[in-house]
Amino acid sequence: MASEVVRVSGHIIDSLILPKILDEIMDLEGTFEILELSVGKRKTDPSLARLRVEASSPARLTMILHRLSRLGASPITLRDARLARATKAGVFPAAFYSTTNLPTEVRHRGTWRKVLNIEMDCGITVDRRTGRARCLPMAHVKTGAWIVCGAEGVRVLPLERTRRPEVFQFMASAVSSEKPKAQLIQRLAAELRAIRRRGQKILVVGGPAVIHTGSGPYLERLIKAGFVDVLFAGNGFATHDIESALYGTSLGVYLDRGTAAHDGHDHHMRAINTIRAVGGIRAAVRRRLLTKGVMHACITPQVPFVLAGSVRDARTLPDVITDTMQAQDAMRKHIPGVGLALMLASTLHAIATGNMLPATVKTVCVDINAAAVTKLSDRGTFQGIGIVSDTESFLRELVHALRL
Amino acid sequence: MCSPTYYTIAYEINPWMSLKRQANHRLASQQWRRLYELLARRLKVRVQLLRPKPGVPDLVFTANAGLAAGRTFIRSNFRHPQRQREEPYIERYVQRAGLRLATLPRRFRFEGEGDALWTNGTLLFGFRFRSDAPAHEELARLLQARVLPVELADKRFYHLDTCFAPLDARTALWFPQAFDRYGRRVIEELVADPISVSEADAKRFVCNAIAVGRAIVLQEGFSTGVKRALTRRDFRLYPLDLSEFLKAGGSAKCLVLRLT
Repeated sequence: MASEVVRVSGHIIDSLILPKILDEIMDLEGTFEILELSVGKRKTDPSLARLRVEASSPARLTMILHRLSRLGASPITLRDARLARATKAGVFPAAFYSTTNLPTEVRHRGTWRKVLNIEMDCGITVDRRTGRARCLPMAHVKTGAWIVCGAEGVRVLPLERTRRPEVFQFMASAVSSEKPKAQLIQRLAAELRAIRRRGQKILVVGGPAVIHTGSGPYLERLIKAGFVDVLFAGNGFATHDIESALYGTSLGVYLDRGTAAHDGHDHHMRAINTIRAVGGIRAAVRRRLLTKGVMHACITPQVPFVLAGSVRDARTLPDVITDTMQAQDAMRKHIPGVGLALMLASTLHAIATGNMLPATVKTVCVDINAAAVTKLSDRGTFQGIGIVSDTESFLRELVHALRL
Repeated sequence: MCSPTYYTIAYEINPWMSLKRQANHRLASQQWRRLYELLARRLKVRVQLLRPKPGVPDLVFTANAGLAAGRTFIRSNFRHPQRQREEPYIERYVQRAGLRLATLPRRFRFEGEGDALWTNGTLLFGFRFRSDAPAHEELARLLQARVLPVELADKRFYHLDTCFAPLDARTALWFPQAFDRYGRRVIEELVADPISVSEADAKRFVCNAIAVGRAIVLQEGFSTGVKRALTRRDFRLYPLDLSEFLKAGGSAKCLVLRLT
């Protein structure tokens, strides 16, 4: 969708210029939204209308705008985005434009340029030579970088609404536990297949509850069947997965029996210690110490994963990135190309990932606690849809729906 | 008015003009003289003359010079460079006549009375071929009046005054097909008694008529329908042959500009 805001003023009501403009837009297969209309009070007073004109392609939009310009409606003459130099590394100029996760364009030397790698709560840097605009996290600001300041010359494009009813429309209502899950999961399975056909990536963000509830084997099957292209998790997820692979327990509870193992409380510490001893998860797989589990599945078919630590991690695996900024960057590298993100029983990592995802990425958040799901959308990932469900039953159903 | 001393077909900027179909200079002068005498002698109109200049043959069509409103004169911004050369001569005339000169921003094309005609207190403004639609807002601001832009739909009738002629507060001659459906509706709303003319009459530039009180000066050879419609409404008709000027896409109205 291409769009432009146009303005027309004068005696546009009595002269039928405004109705004519609206008719012409529709005749040329465009759509419009009246953003502002002020009608002159007396016969001699001018009226003013501001419209957003949308068309299926930039070429068609140009055609419509050309026609409208003859009727006196012209695009609101915008100036280029104002650029200011960063004077200190890691600091934006004071008036910097703070991004949203919606597709954004900046006007530079008279043309609109798409902002690459759009992500919320960042700045926009423009390469003055090439005109390339991209999102820039605060920590990455280098001295002398040109940063977009003010909102002038920046436009945020609304998300396109598809005409075909699909799962993301079907589930667009508020989070609720009272939804027909079997239907949802069927549609989600179809969506996963479609994403894979389109060559987009599927991102899974997992919380430790995935392992505690015994749904690790289902996730393993998803990975092995190629439905996971990248995995984000924390220290807990990897630790308990390895613990279950080595001892059959998660936090000392036997996953097959549901009973606590004798002295099982230290299993996760021993698991971490074992991995640390060999130098990492990859080394453990190579030495056949680790022969099953989600982490093992990620390494054998080469699914990239990022393990990001947090302050509550008692002891960490060597593969866990404990520097938050480094972890964010490692995650960020995998974001381009993601078409769907599946957040499973995770709050911290789901929000962290949600912050990085453009709003165009379909996001499904599964948690037994409705609050975790709403929390994600409250943090700005409004495109996310929630499924309030136990992860184990969700994954079991999903694996079943995908006939794995 | 401006004498046709240098009138000729020197370029082609409308479908009527053809370098192969030259105007007969002697005949043109004769036809113009008759129009001048009719207006000045018989109809007692006070006619002021603009001095003709070589190199600007269309200066004879003074209706396109601008729009007079009280002591203010809004000069045209011609679309074609050939006619933009007329602008300094028009400006000089306006200054000598002691009128206040007003101009529109250069980006808006505006061709004076050719595209702007008063009807019942409203200025009807034709746009597309010569004038630009956004100019209407500027005109409304300058004139403090309602200005209704209507789009012209037929390039043979490239100025509003070639297809629309207000005759009095209620009546106008017009060729409806020269407008689109929006323009037609606007005119039907605005004019209580519009008289439609046939395409044959329109092509004879019957709508390019001058109204002086109840007297109507227009190109001869119009149909009996037009004659009947006008005489029934108590208009006196003064037909004239102005065929040499039709070769440049003009007729009676194009040759005069109303100053008061």
